[in-house]
Amino acid sequence: MEKAIKKYWPIFLLPTVCAFIIGFVIPFCQGLYLSLCKFQTVNKTTFVGLSNYGKAIADTLFQESFWLTVRFTLISTLLINVFALTVALLLTRKLKGTNLFRTVFFMPNLIGGIVLGYIWQILFNCVLSLLGKPLLTLDATYGFWGLIILMCWQQIGYMMIIYIAGLQAIPNDYIEAATIDGASPWQTLWKVKLPNLMPSITICLFLSLTNGFKLFDQNLALTGGEPAHASELIALNIYQTFYFRSGPQWKGIGQAKAVLFCIIVVAISLIQLKATRSKEVQQ
Amino acid sequence: MKKTLALLLALVMVLSLCACGSSNEAAEAPAEEAPAEDSAAEEAPAEEAPAAEGSVYYLNFKPEQDEQWQALAATYTEQTGVPVTVVTAASGTYEETLMAEMGKTEMPTLFQVNGPVGLANWKDYCYDLSGSDIYGELTNDSFALIEDGVVYGIAYVIETYGIICNTALLAEAGYTVDDINSFDSLKAVAEDITARSGELGFAAFTSAGMDSSSDWRFKTHLANMPIYGEYQADGITSTAAIKGTYLDNYKAIWDLYINNATCDPTELAGKTGDDAVAEFVNGEAVFYQNGTWAYNDVKSLGDENLAMIPIYIGLEGEENQGLCTGSENYWCVNAEADEADIQATLDFIYWCVTSEEGTSCLANDMGFVCPFKSAKAAANPFVQQDADMTAAGKVPVSWNFTTMPSEEWKNGVGSALTAYAAGTGDWDGVVTAFVDGWATEYELANG
Repeated sequence: MEKAIKKYWPIFLLPTVCAFIIGFVIPFCQGLYLSLCKFQTVNKTTFVGLSNYGKAIADTLFQESFWLTVRFTLISTLLINVFALTVALLLTRKLKGTNLFRTVFFMPNLIGGIVLGYIWQILFNCVLSLLGKPLLTLDATYGFWGLIILMCWQQIGYMMIIYIAGLQAIPNDYIEAATIDGASPWQTLWKVKLPNLMPSITICLFLSLTNGFKLFDQNLALTGGEPAHASELIALNIYQTFYFRSGPQWKGIGQAKAVLFCIIVVAISLIQLKATRSKEVQQ
Repeated sequence: MKKTLALLLALVMVLSLCACGSSNEAAEAPAEEAPAEDSAAEEAPAEEAPAAEGSVYYLNFKPEQDEQWQALAATYTEQTGVPVTVVTAASGTYEETLMAEMGKTEMPTLFQVNGPVGLANWKDYCYDLSGSDIYGELTNDSFALIEDGVVYGIAYVIETYGIICNTALLAEAGYTVDDINSFDSLKAVAEDITARSGELGFAAFTSAGMDSSSDWRFKTHLANMPIYGEYQADGITSTAAIKGTYLDNYKAIWDLYINNATCDPTELAGKTGDDAVAEFVNGEAVFYQNGTWAYNDVKSLGDENLAMIPIYIGLEGEENQGLCTGSENYWCVNAEADEADIQATLDFIYWCVTSEEGTSCLANDMGFVCPFKSAKAAANPFVQQDADMTAAGKVPVSWNFTTMPSEEWKNGVGSALTAYAAGTGDWDGVVTAFVDGWATEYELANG
């Protein structure tokens, strides 16, 4: 059997490789090429070289949305992971109804981003108008924090599940040994649980970082980038460049922004993976 | 035992291959919608045309009329045997859909642009319609998109907008539409209604919602008024830099809208188009700015209670001002399509605007006013009113918003208007977005 697998592995791999090539490699290469072109449809392109990249970087809205995205990602990653870990710690304590709580916390994840965005927009606007404050789409600060709240609400449950799985995988012996040695709960958390949780932390940080950077539908539905692009994250900025500008040159510029965006996300997630991997311990 | 196991394993392998095959398809499907995709489309026109007659693929812009177009296409196929596919883009996604569809091998043979600015994107794909039969049917050259002698597009529907009034409520307040013939009289009536709103039980204007389902009524249609005034005064039809001569008038009408409405100006940012319709239909307000296309929404009030009056903003000679009439729906034939398909498309649109079935469908079922010689009168009272006003010597206001430099410019003005209404921004913000934004966006679009 093993011999057969060794011999025929390319056949087994073929379907997935085909799907990967058709669904990812070809569009990606085409996207790279298009970022060097002026085009309206993908079949009729004029090669213009690197000028699209120059125009993309010079776009002040693009720079602003980039820095806004960085701020958003940092804050949301931090908040999501702190809360998710706290909830996970609480829900691994053999409380009554733990399963129910876990289900409830996980549920927001099952709702699509666009729907969530609109629901929260109504909620926030209700609260803000009761307080006599300007609505969500009028104040960039409210828009920004609204997005953070929305993302936390949606993502905490998901990360919580990963942390719970990680916590349950820590052998009970470790905890017992620590207790016998007289470690306080706080010390147990920092010196025993967290080091053993590093694989979960790696994956959760990776997910929340990339989710934050790639955030699109919630942003579109909640604020639409209003007021005047002040709450527009980078993915929405690319979308707006692509579809809401007149003139054939903008498609290429939008494509160039998308390539830059891709490079940034890949670079950041690689750095993060490397940094947290090095802290992982062997059980 | 060993044999059964081997059989089982083989079965699992085959099954997993099948499963992979189907997941493979699933992975392809979403990619097809992505704009960067250029694989052949499977769902585009399915039937083969008989002989070499070609086929028609119409990418329709108006979701309201989808059903009617499908029916009309079926009738045409029945009569001539030429397959006609009509696909309608979801509201607000026409540009995206068009881009994706144009990348396919079975691309639309008939599509539409919204005027000179939209044409800039699609010029290279437009077939020159000069000398075509349908061009000969146009009642007036001003309904065609002509640049440098090339006819790129032909308007197929003429629309009108203004302020729709609930005349029954207006009468209750002691006025008739004849009392309103200038900005000053509109203001007097509106402010009087607001002053007595407690006693009357209704407001002057429906909410000027700035949600994306409604903001185009103000950032595009209302903004047409100061642009029209400026173009008239300067004797031009488009410009690279707007001066904003009539922006004070724009402010006056916007103030009137937001301060005499059903809700507080601070709440406008979240109000939708449906909110305004509901307020109007429920008799909570007298005036509702919209166009002929909104007739179906408001007809429950009864034709005798509905009237459309011009949007007065205090321009000179506005006592002779008519409703805003024009088009942002131009048919273009895809020059990249096969020769036979182009011919089939030209025949189809010619049939639509000349045949008995076509003209009655356009006029009665779709309610369109078409600028073609054999077009029938549309069943829509607002259209009739527009015709009456023009006959009485009023001058229709042309649609100059098709020359607005970009969607981005409209959004900028919209944001500024919303901020001004809510008190988080001032009018200077609107002026900046209007005047400076125009120059910047024009430069970006044409530079």
